[in-house]
Amino acid sequence: MSDTVAYEEKKLKIIGTRPIRPDGVDKVTGRARYGADINLPGQLFGSVYRSPYPHAIIKSIDVSAALAIPGVKAAITGDDFEDMPSQFIPVGEMVVNFRDMTRNVIAREKALYDGHPIVAIAAISESIAKEALKHIKVDFEILPHVIDVVEAMKPGATLLHEEQYTLIERKRLGSEPTTESPPKEPSNIAKRLTWEKGDIENGFSKAHIIIEKEFNTKPVHQGYIEPHATVATCTEDGQVEVYTCSQGHFVIRSQCAKLLGIEVSKIKVIPTELGGGFGGKNNVYLEPLAIMLSKIVHRPVKMVMSRNEVFRATGPSPAGHVKVKIGCDKNGNIVAADAQIDMQSGAFPGSPLPQATITCFTRYDIENVRVIGHDVTTNRPKVAAYRAPGAPIAAFGVESVMDELAEKLSIDPLDLRIMNAAKEGTQTYYGVTFPQIGFLETLKRAKAHKNYNIPLEKNQGRGVATGFWMNIGNDTTSSLNVNDDGTIALTIGTIDVAGGSRSSLAMMVAEEFGIDSDKVRVTTGDTSQLGFNFVTAGSRGTFAGGIVAILAARKAIEECKIRAAKTWNVPLDEVVWEDGYARPASSNVGGFDPLSLADIAKNATKTGGPIAGHSEKNVQGAGPGFGTQIVDVEVDKETGSVKILRHTVIQDAGKAIHPAYVEGQYQGGAVQGIGWALNEEYIYGDDGKLQNTGFLDYRVPVASDVPFIDTDIVEVPNPYHPYGVRGIGEVPIIPPTAAIANAVYKATGIRFNSLPLSPPKVLAAITKK
Amino acid sequence: MKRVKKMQYESPKSIDDAISLISNSPGNVRLLAGGTDLLVQMQSQVADPDLVIDIKNIKEMKEFKKEDGVYTVGAAVTGMEIIEHEEFGSDWPGVVDGVKLIGSIQIKGRASMGGNLCNASPAADSIPAMIASGASAVIAGPNGRREVLVEDFIKGPGKTSLKSNEILLSVKFPIKKPNSSGAYLRFTPRTEMDIAVVGVGINVTMSDSGICEEAKVSIGAVAEKALVVEDAATALVGNKITDEIIENFISKVRASARPINDKRGTVDFRIQVIGVIAKRALKMALERIR
Repeated sequence: MSDTVAYEEKKLKIIGTRPIRPDGVDKVTGRARYGADINLPGQLFGSVYRSPYPHAIIKSIDVSAALAIPGVKAAITGDDFEDMPSQFIPVGEMVVNFRDMTRNVIAREKALYDGHPIVAIAAISESIAKEALKHIKVDFEILPHVIDVVEAMKPGATLLHEEQYTLIERKRLGSEPTTESPPKEPSNIAKRLTWEKGDIENGFSKAHIIIEKEFNTKPVHQGYIEPHATVATCTEDGQVEVYTCSQGHFVIRSQCAKLLGIEVSKIKVIPTELGGGFGGKNNVYLEPLAIMLSKIVHRPVKMVMSRNEVFRATGPSPAGHVKVKIGCDKNGNIVAADAQIDMQSGAFPGSPLPQATITCFTRYDIENVRVIGHDVTTNRPKVAAYRAPGAPIAAFGVESVMDELAEKLSIDPLDLRIMNAAKEGTQTYYGVTFPQIGFLETLKRAKAHKNYNIPLEKNQGRGVATGFWMNIGNDTTSSLNVNDDGTIALTIGTIDVAGGSRSSLAMMVAEEFGIDSDKVRVTTGDTSQLGFNFVTAGSRGTFAGGIVAILAARKAIEECKIRAAKTWNVPLDEVVWEDGYARPASSNVGGFDPLSLADIAKNATKTGGPIAGHSEKNVQGAGPGFGTQIVDVEVDKETGSVKILRHTVIQDAGKAIHPAYVEGQYQGGAVQGIGWALNEEYIYGDDGKLQNTGFLDYRVPVASDVPFIDTDIVEVPNPYHPYGVRGIGEVPIIPPTAAIANAVYKATGIRFNSLPLSPPKVLAAITKK
Repeated sequence: MKRVKKMQYESPKSIDDAISLISNSPGNVRLLAGGTDLLVQMQSQVADPDLVIDIKNIKEMKEFKKEDGVYTVGAAVTGMEIIEHEEFGSDWPGVVDGVKLIGSIQIKGRASMGGNLCNASPAADSIPAMIASGASAVIAGPNGRREVLVEDFIKGPGKTSLKSNEILLSVKFPIKKPNSSGAYLRFTPRTEMDIAVVGVGINVTMSDSGICEEAKVSIGAVAEKALVVEDAATALVGNKITDEIIENFISKVRASARPINDKRGTVDFRIQVIGVIAKRALKMALERIR
């Protein structure tokens, strides 16, 4: 790859150590300022009237009674926003259509899900704003609704968008795909996407064994603890400032500019500390409403969602209906693989279908592959990215079938994966040929892991599964200033989504300079301070943020060498930078004492002025990530309760900059996967309303539900990162659902093809057996 | 023109003042102890009181005493005070089992057992245990005090036998019988921070020869309120606790459950699992006597 930064093997001092987290003290003492902690003088409070129906025509809206309440200052509806043309633009890991986005922020013709915003109010207090909502009158014409993805795909199903005709996209590796004519009738299927490689029919004809199964997964929420919160202020001359908790303030700025018709330069977005996002904070919800209200009332407007609003109206992951068919020869070599993935996109098109279809079989080297995906609109909130968006849904099916194949062929499930594993040079069906990757290493380490060999007792079972994520780089910027005492201020624009990337970036910069990492202070800049940064998504934060921080450091080091050369009055090429000092390249240069960063900084004024470096880059060369997980469960056969006894994550990090944060990502992803597998699900009533809009009935695992998650960091360097870093955030959530289902099979003899494996479902199956 | 109303807050120092406030205030009056139910209800706009009366500053409400073998637990005594009371825990372990399951440690630092009782949720964790222990509610009103068994205090979901001018003062436990013990167990999908899908409180008294002399069984989350299952108690009394007796006991428990299908569980699941949980609670109580 041309525009990449090469890996160099070298002796490391800082990288690989575990310094104390710089944002830790603020977080454990409550000083950290999250979205809802920001208050501006004179602010009003905004509140949103939401549709109580899953599908209804909005015939009229009457806000007069609400506006008559003393203290209520403004009310806005969809009519206050310009309509947008249908136009697809990539944002975050998803593609955004601004026609849909403006309708998702505030409804126009129809309410498309329970919780869809219809009116926003600004008032002098939260209680008055909430009271005002009760006096808003909307005349709805209630329509039939459709929640389930399979139902929504049936001919004759209730249509969300009467003008939606299925978009056909076909890709075939190495040759032109056969054409497929689009359907003539509108439907809820927004898109049909097909990937093909080789000859699937011919492949299956050579199979000794074929397993074909159907799977269902439920929508699950990202479950971030911090609800969406924003404060916006708009001045009379059209300058806008927005404080918000997001995964990418530059993207929030772009979306607000587009939706509100404001020039980008007039909007400044200031990021707050983030209390979790996991893909759910890549897009605007409240921000355009707060800006519009502020514009009308000439005062700042603060808006904070309740948990109920977060569940009803922000992005869960899609539900998926998945068919998987895999054929193997006698020895276990996969000869063909076929899948169909139907995904709920919610009220508007744009589920993570590309990611689900791309990751589906990728990690195995298969000659003949076909994956078909459908993006399906339903009366549910528009889905958002959720950690490895789409991939866990596909992997649940594929890894369950792999387990069954291994059993039927009497091959160890890890061995079956080892013999089919993708490696350097493997040609994927979506076009990429893998560079150096570490999948095989994770499988072999799993096979040898002590947790794979612990004897099990009655009612216990062990399952394995694997995961793959492409990882991304994208637009990233960083600015670095050497302070007058030789410490360093690094300004970054890619949000630390709480994974600890600020610390990891400080460590990489410290390694470059040869100083301690606590000499590098990392601050997240607002949108006026740096060039555009993409959202922190796709496991890019430490990888891409690291590359620009390193390049900025290298520029500043080069400048330091220039200053040393000036000081010594020698040519630049006679100065080297080593271990935090400018030194003469050899004894021939002269007997100069080495100059520390502090020495050079102190004299910077005399040698030309402040020293800095910066870097702006569309970062390329993200190293693909792979992982293998081993799970032991115990099933209470009297109650159907599944207990996770042991959970082991073995994953390639390329290089762990701060190993504790890598372990934290592995553990966090595994726990989210456990939640997805066991208890998390959106529960809708027949009325199409979401019934579990709080953490009491939406059951994210609590600490006592999970064992200590064991981790094993594999380090096969990414050739396109100076220290070998690969993104690691997404992969750990991919294997758990299948690994757990496979373990439950071993404990009960029952294969579960639908999630979650909640006690009533497990007990019913055990009783039936 | 509608004005947004303002809520009033009072913090009386005596029972009489509290009763006077509650008797003479028009509108919606709510009592506040730990506030772990009320504040959540207010936040989610389920409750919208005109007056909140904080009872925590009334001395009697915070009393936790044992006199002549009888425990009186003031209505505002917190869950953690109950959990940390070692002697109470050894006398009434089943009640402590129940109280321990009310939310997190932080919640229990504020939440009171009296509040759990007055909130009258069909799934309340302390109620079946209190019922099985033979506890009664001490109620104060303008005309003096009265006592009522906990099972009669609860009338339905969110409903108690408190009149609009009455206040729960305390919960009183009878003298503990020798050779007796109790347990409360529930089933939840999560291990903690969850709400009972089914719950069973049990108290048993055994003779030296291993015959069950007395038993009281209460089941929660399987009806509009916690039920007393007399048939299940009868199945145990007068018998050695054999596997056969336990099977009979389980079937009586299941027969008296009348749950509904909802987001927390199905009828079939609840009936199946309440028998399992009842069996485990019984074994736990017997183990504690040994």
